[in-house]
Parts: sequence; C-alpha cells; structure tokens
Amino acid sequence: MADPDPIIEVRGLVTRFGERTIHDGLDLTVRRGEVLGLVGGSGSGKSVLMRTILGLLRPSAGTIRLLGADLAALSREKLVALRGRTGVLFQDAALFSTLTVAENAQVPMRERFNWPRSLLAEMACLKIALVGLPEDARDKYPSELSGGMRKRAGLARSIAIDPEVLFLDEPTAGLDPIAAAAFDELILQLSRTLGLTVVMITHDLDSLMRITDRVAALINGKAVVAPIDELRRLDDPWLRQYFGGPRGRAALEAGHLAG
Amino acid sequence: MSATLKAERQGDQAVVTGAGTWLVDQVGWLAVRLRRLPVRLAGVRRVSLDLGGIERLDTSGAWLIARTERRLQAAGLEVTTAPPQGPGDADLLQHVRSLPMAHPRLAQPPGAVVALLGRIGRAMEEAGRLAVALLGFFGAIFLRTVAALARPRQIRWTALAHHVEQTGLGAVGITALLSFLIGLVMAWQGATQLVRFGADIFTVDLLAIAVLRELGVLLTAIIVAGRTASAFTAQIGAMVLNEEIDAMRVIGIDPIDTLVLPRFFALLLAMPILTFIADASALLGGAMVVLFELNIPWVQMVGRFGEVATLTHLLVGLVKAPVFAFAIALIGCWNGLRVERNAESVGRMTTQSVVASIFLVIVVDAVFSILFVRLGI
Repeated sequence: MADPDPIIEVRGLVTRFGERTIHDGLDLTVRRGEVLGLVGGSGSGKSVLMRTILGLLRPSAGTIRLLGADLAALSREKLVALRGRTGVLFQDAALFSTLTVAENAQVPMRERFNWPRSLLAEMACLKIALVGLPEDARDKYPSELSGGMRKRAGLARSIAIDPEVLFLDEPTAGLDPIAAAAFDELILQLSRTLGLTVVMITHDLDSLMRITDRVAALINGKAVVAPIDELRRLDDPWLRQYFGGPRGRAALEAGHLAG
Repeated sequence: MSATLKAERQGDQAVVTGAGTWLVDQVGWLAVRLRRLPVRLAGVRRVSLDLGGIERLDTSGAWLIARTERRLQAAGLEVTTAPPQGPGDADLLQHVRSLPMAHPRLAQPPGAVVALLGRIGRAMEEAGRLAVALLGFFGAIFLRTVAALARPRQIRWTALAHHVEQTGLGAVGITALLSFLIGLVMAWQGATQLVRFGADIFTVDLLAIAVLRELGVLLTAIIVAGRTASAFTAQIGAMVLNEEIDAMRVIGIDPIDTLVLPRFFALLLAMPILTFIADASALLGGAMVVLFELNIPWVQMVGRFGEVATLTHLLVGLVKAPVFAFAIALIGCWNGLRVERNAESVGRMTTQSVVASIFLVIVVDAVFSILFVRLGI
C-alpha cells in the first residue's frame, strides 16, 4: 500500500518482554487525516504498540517513523519537539490531580511557549470550549469531575498545542452509553474540523462502527488493517468471534440501521 | 515558515493582511500585535481582513482571527473577512467562531494578611473537626474491643500473630542497631565531660538513667512511628482506594474488627518487647565505651550499674511503651481509614501519620515526665 505522506509508518516491529513475543514483525501505516481503530484481545499488545510509537518503549527490532522521523535515530531534543506534534489521551485521562482543568490544559503550552498569563488563560478557555466542557468546569479539580468530563478535560490537554496526530487509549471505556456516544461525536468532529489524525485503541464496537475509517486488528503479533466492513468478512477465528458474537452482531446491525 | 501580518489604512478604511502559517508556535507574537489593532485603527470605520494568504491554520490561529473580529466589532467597526483558502480552514474558522467563549476570569489572589487569616481559620476549623472525629474513632475501637473480649473466639488470632511478626519481629534488627549506636554516642559524649572532673564512673549513672527512663522507649517509639504508622496507613489506605473496605461492610465484616484491632493489639504487645531490646542494646553500646575507652574494669561497672539501675527506672520506661503504641496505632489506622479515593491521598495520609504519631509520642512523653516528677518516682 503506497502512501505518499503517512503520519505513522511501522515496519517489521518486534517487541519482546523476556520470553514473551508481543509483536512479531508488525507492519502498520497510518494515513494523514484518518481515524484508525486499534483492536485486539487482552494482552495482544495494543497499549504496548501505542507506547512504542510514542517512543515510551524501545522496540526489540523494526523501525518506526512518526511524522516522517525515524524514532530510533532521533536526539532527545528532536524527540521532545516531535512529542509537541502528538497528543495522547490516556485511559484514565491522567490529569494532574493537583491542578484545575484550565491549569491542566495550560501545562503543554507553558512547557513550550513563553506566553503571558492572559494568553495562556484564553487559550485554555478555547481548548475547553472545543471539547465541549461547560465554563464552570474550568476551575474544578479532576476529582470533582465525572468520568466523561474527566475524559474531555484530558482531551483538552492533549489538543492543547494543536497536535497533528492524537492517540486515544480506550476513550469510551467506563462511560455510560450516552456519554460514550457524545464522546465519539466529539472525536469525529475534532478530527474533521482540526484535520487531526486519530489512532484509537478501543473495545467499543459502537465507536468502531461509528467513527473509524479503518481498523487495525492485532492478531498473533501482526496487524490486519482494513475498513471494518472488510475486516469482518475475513476468515480469521479471532475476528469471527469478535464480530460474530452477540455484542458484535448487535453493534453491526445498529451501525447499519443508523448508516 | 512563519506568519506575517500587515495593516494599512486609507482614510476611514483599513486592510489587514495575514499570510503564512498561522500555527500555535506563532500565536505568541500575533496575539500581541492583534491586541493593539483596535487602538491602531482608531477612527477607521471599515476593516477588511484579507486572510487568503494563510497557508496553514490550526485552532490557535483560528481563535486569534475570531477574537480579532470580535474585538473590532466591539469597537464599532464593520468587519469583512476573506477566509483562508486551505482545505477545511474556512470550516475550522467557522467552528471556532461558533464556540461559546466568555472571557476567562483571572482570579485576583487575596491580600497577604487576608490569606494568612484565612489559612489560620481553615486550619483551626479542620483541627476541631479532626479532634471530634478522632474521639469518635477512639470510641469505636473501645466498643469493638469490649465486644471482642466478650467473645474471644471471634478475635482474629492469625491476623494478630501476623502483625506481631511484622511490627515486632521485623523491627528488632533496626531498633537494636540504632539503640546500640545511640548508647555508644551518649556514653562517649558523657564520658568526655565527666572525665574532666575525675567522675568517669558516673558515666554509668548517666547512661542507666537516661536510657532506661527515656531514651530506649522514645527511640523505639520514633522508629516504630516511622516504620509501622506509615505501613498501617498505607495498607489500610490502599484497601480504601480499592473499595475493599466497602466490600467488607456489605459482606457484613466490620473493618475495625478485621483491620484495626489486630494491628492495635499487635503493636501493644510488640512495643514493650522492642523497648526492652532497645534498652539492652543501648546499655550494651554504652558499656563498650565504659569498658574500652574509660578502662573501667567490668566488675566495677556492673556493680555500679546494679546500684543505679533500679527496677523503678526500668518500669518508668517500659510503662510508657504500650501508651506510645496506642498513640501510634491509633493515628496509623485512623489515617488509613480517612484516605479518599485518589492515589495522592494515600501518600499525603502516610506522611501525616508519621509526623502526627511522632508528635503525639513526644507530647505524651512530656506529660509522663511531669506526672512522674509530681509523683516523685
């Protein structure tokens, strides 16, 4: 699959923890502007893959190009600069618990730019408005927020300095169906209006149906990438169980009715 | 690649031209320039923002454009915008314009005096609330102890034994070593002073009385406070965090019976033994100095020690051990149960346990000192 301008290019990735091989020659290309879902059974290495692409873990073998730069060849400074162009929403939002929502959103800006206080405050307001949080959430602490609001606040921080690619680790896990659907809409809207590339780990079949352009399934240490409709027709035992189970069928039917 | 900004005026009309990459890293200086725009364009009635030359735009840049439009309109100007031409840029700008954006409130910090008074007031209120809560916890422990003694078969002997091992046996090494060293240092310091008066032998008096009455038990209490109060808080706190306490309650297990009482009585048992070990080690350390540095024969030293070290001195020290143990276990367990459901709280409470239990131990020790003096013991 030739792609002139891939955001992420993983080639022949091997990850081993001791005796256990997690990724065994994994290839993955993420195109600019797409929403890519990442699925796989427990322990199939979804989070490990995300951490490896972010440079938080070193691969045992293989190359990773993030935004055109080879991660292994980067100096510390270059890697820090590259991180400024990526945003991450961790599973439990990983908000700094001693800071308010607005202060959390300001952290990446403070770290990179020498802006006056008023501009920092205004930009934090913008990001908070972008993720659809109400005004009075700005001065609240993470412990005072509901799960859905915490995720939105985490999202505000991860898009604080306008990244080109956004990584989401189970963004809808732990949310009620209404909040989860609203969060899906938000991600879709952000990816469209901001031109964001989104890589999303999820177990939420409704999210996969609703907002992904393509889905990468991690099976036996390799990635099978295709739009979801093609993926469910593939003859693989894990995929058959995944999409053929009662939950999978329900989500697919709902998706087709809605679409 | 960077952004450019130009403003030209002709009579009552003005053209503001923006071009280049209006991205987040350019926002700093653009914001300053654009903020001054309404002032610079004073007297102008119509402004056209020509942004067709903007090649790349992100939310930060779009927000700047929206903010500038809003400000110029607020200043009574007529604004027309030629939006950026990049794919999706016009939509992005439209989206950012549509966001509800109130001006952020920059909270004014209160004056220093007011802030200080506020902190004192809050601390007092908190202290009062905590004192009542601690008293309540004390009462709960008392009631559950009575209930447990009424039905001794329900006492969790296994847990009790486990905690005696953890808090007592586990602390023997460190307590003995530190006491030995402190005894050594004490004797050394005392001896250098007493030698000058030819009163070498009184080093034994100094050591025996100081160690038996105060140092042994105080040292043990401080080690145990650092080691065990923190452990109690962290153990119980982690269980609170994991909703284990709630799980116990719904199953019908009283967390005070299962978690607090075994720790309490384990420490009550272990502390006097540890204190005795600390006394012995400190005296041994002192004896090293007396024997090898002062060259006092051991028969003379032991004789002198026998005269000075009465049972009263030993008991004055030992009787404090269970009281200190009580204070340490009370603070440790109570802070554990007070942990809130966030990870930071465990750390904060653990630190607080150590500080508060050492504080309480020293206060109680002072009360004992006054008491013993008054009683003439």
